[in-house]
Amino acid sequence: MSDNSAVKDPFVRVVKRDGMKSGSKIAVRIASVIVALIVCGILINMITGLNPLVVYETMFQGAFGSTRRSFSTIREMMMLACVAIGLAPAFKMKFWNIGAEGQILIGGIVSAACMINLNKLPAIPLLLIMFVLSAVAGALWALLPAIFKAKWNTNETLFTLMMNYVAIQLTSFFVSKWENPKGSNTVGIINSNTQAGWFPEIFGQKYTLNIIMVITLAILMWIYLKYTKHGYEIAVVGDSENTARYAGINVSKVIIRTMLLSGAICGIAGFLAVSGASHTISTSTAGGRGFTAIIVAWLAKFNSFYMLLIALLLAFLGSGATEIASKCKLNDYASDMIIGIILFFILASEFFINYRLVFRKHAKEEA
Amino acid sequence: MKKKIVSMAVAAITALSLTACTNEPAPSPANGEGDAQATATESGDADVAPAEGVTGDASEVKIGVILVGDENEGYTYAHIDGVKKAAEAVGIPADNILWKYSIPEDESCYDAAIDLVDQGCTAVFSNSYGHQSFMQQAAEEEPDVQFVSMTGDTAAMSGLDNFSNAFTNIYEARYISGIVAGMKIAELVDAGELSDENYDADGNVMIGYVGAYPYAEVVSGYTAFYLGVKSVYEKVSMEVIYTNSWFDIAAEGEAANSLMADGCVVIGQHADSTGAPTAVQSAHDAGKPVYSVGYNVDMLGVAPTAALTSATNNWSVYYTEAFKDIVNGEKIPTDWAKGYTEDAVAITTLGESCAAGTQEKVDEAIAAIKDGSLHVFDTDTFTVDGAKVDSALIDMDGDFENDDAEAVSDGYFHESELRAAPSFYLRIDGITELTAE
Repeated sequence: MSDNSAVKDPFVRVVKRDGMKSGSKIAVRIASVIVALIVCGILINMITGLNPLVVYETMFQGAFGSTRRSFSTIREMMMLACVAIGLAPAFKMKFWNIGAEGQILIGGIVSAACMINLNKLPAIPLLLIMFVLSAVAGALWALLPAIFKAKWNTNETLFTLMMNYVAIQLTSFFVSKWENPKGSNTVGIINSNTQAGWFPEIFGQKYTLNIIMVITLAILMWIYLKYTKHGYEIAVVGDSENTARYAGINVSKVIIRTMLLSGAICGIAGFLAVSGASHTISTSTAGGRGFTAIIVAWLAKFNSFYMLLIALLLAFLGSGATEIASKCKLNDYASDMIIGIILFFILASEFFINYRLVFRKHAKEEA
Repeated sequence: MKKKIVSMAVAAITALSLTACTNEPAPSPANGEGDAQATATESGDADVAPAEGVTGDASEVKIGVILVGDENEGYTYAHIDGVKKAAEAVGIPADNILWKYSIPEDESCYDAAIDLVDQGCTAVFSNSYGHQSFMQQAAEEEPDVQFVSMTGDTAAMSGLDNFSNAFTNIYEARYISGIVAGMKIAELVDAGELSDENYDADGNVMIGYVGAYPYAEVVSGYTAFYLGVKSVYEKVSMEVIYTNSWFDIAAEGEAANSLMADGCVVIGQHADSTGAPTAVQSAHDAGKPVYSVGYNVDMLGVAPTAALTSATNNWSVYYTEAFKDIVNGEKIPTDWAKGYTEDAVAITTLGESCAAGTQEKVDEAIAAIKDGSLHVFDTDTFTVDGAKVDSALIDMDGDFENDDAEAVSDGYFHESELRAAPSFYLRIDGITELTAE
């Protein structure tokens, strides 16, 4: 007691916790989602008087109530996962790529341009061209902030964020160029007669190709980050640039290479959005996914398969929202609230996995 | 860990017991379609008598409505209100109307439309222009279901039997709201309340208009408004600023401010927010002789002394006709556009600042529109490049070239008669677009 008496012992201290078993980690995470749902349930009940179980049931129906609903939920999930997969290498490198929104739009613009101008080409070459060009466009859009970061150490957060606004303006420009009819500010569905540049139906489903592409990207990204030299370099640069330099890693090169990859995948997400879902382009084509995907990537700790799971959770909540609006007379703010609470609890669970709280009482007892 | 699980279980039990107590007031039919249908049929048979002109069984019909916003947004609120009134009038039980709120203008609209079909709807309506191509896509895939894209313009040229457009003749109401503004201007001039800055170089009183986008729907609207003003007070000129958005409170307020800075006395609008009336009210409070004419909703709430009136749609007229067609198993008309003759358009309650005698003048003009003696786009009342217009071709085949059908005959431009969506695209003398693209 003698040494401690001079400094007032805080009521609660946060202590780093190491070596929680992976089984308990998963249990804590699942528990956090369940607790979040209970808290949401209490809130929903207090505010609206609705039975929360009915609300959850309705959300589930909205997301998976029919084959078509399931597939549109999965399509949303794949879109979100694709962007998150694109962001993962950049964030793992601690390069704050806030510019996915813009990279998606640029990929989308290029895809739409191909659909409008190359609509005479046969389906497979056209889709391949669109895939490659949208990836290149996204990569180039990400290259600019990467070069500035690598050469002059500019702030990439601001730079990539600003690039979003440039991309939005560019999209507006192309929308007014392609608008149909003139002055209406919408492009409308492109090639609705010929379906040129649309993803083909595979196994009788419109979104099969979306699923195949994103799952493939997920697997490749997992291998890339975990088992390749590049992936290792990204991890080292992310932990400490100086260590990386000391180890002889060319940091500038890694930054530029990784951002090219990150931008390319986000560009492909734009291709998915335009060619695989909406068949049109507008300033809302990215729809905030570039930002939501940051949460997905971080929560998943850049693990591809967790990213798919978290994307599924968010897509589920999104699809459920429309249904509770229509069936329970709750508007979509209600589902935003639910998403917010669930994310809050998941983040809290990460905190409790990494740290534990020590209360003053313990200290007294010891004394 | 054990402790945690126990406390969690306690929380869970508390939560469940809470919900158990307050179970019954939930008015939600969410527990599967079966329930909803059962209650719907009951109430349908029991207390709703079939309306006039309804031969089918209204309680059997399911209708889907896709909305770009929800009841918090004026434009969508007007549609919700119209649908509800129409359903009641036709005898369709409230539970048979399936709503999709806040549907963006992208593939979600297609998803929503198809989902409504899966739920058994035989007709699906969407209320925003940007929904149109997704509705058309759904219509192509579901030939047995009728799709209506409100305010759209491609139904006729799509060649689909099950795809329609509808619009009101809102330009008639804009013309009438122009008369209200014109009366005010005449009063201000007589009272000598205007200063030099309110006149342009040619001695015309200046008025302003906040438009959304430079396309026919807006052009038709502001021209009708201008001609309404001119029918009362001849010497006016109008400036138009586009905001490039249907709903942008800040941009609309900014546009109104710059129009007022130019000396405009009355600010009309074809944009959905209260931005412009609010800006006009604060300038009015600061002592400027400025007034506002709104759109969709009564603006007296935000501009009690500056708002004169608003042009507004009464969507229930259309929905009632369309719902009757659906119940009777008939086809909804491909193009529908009606105005004062069916009371599908109106102006809202006149504000306290309106000039004396406005109501009489308004009633007179409405009666003239109804009996066909007054045409809003009478070619004797305007000129283009100094000359009277005796021919204006409009686009009917969707190539966006105005080269297909003659809209001017019998001395007036036949607005919304050849197709539902507005097609008046002429830029007439006296109106300047300040921000045309």
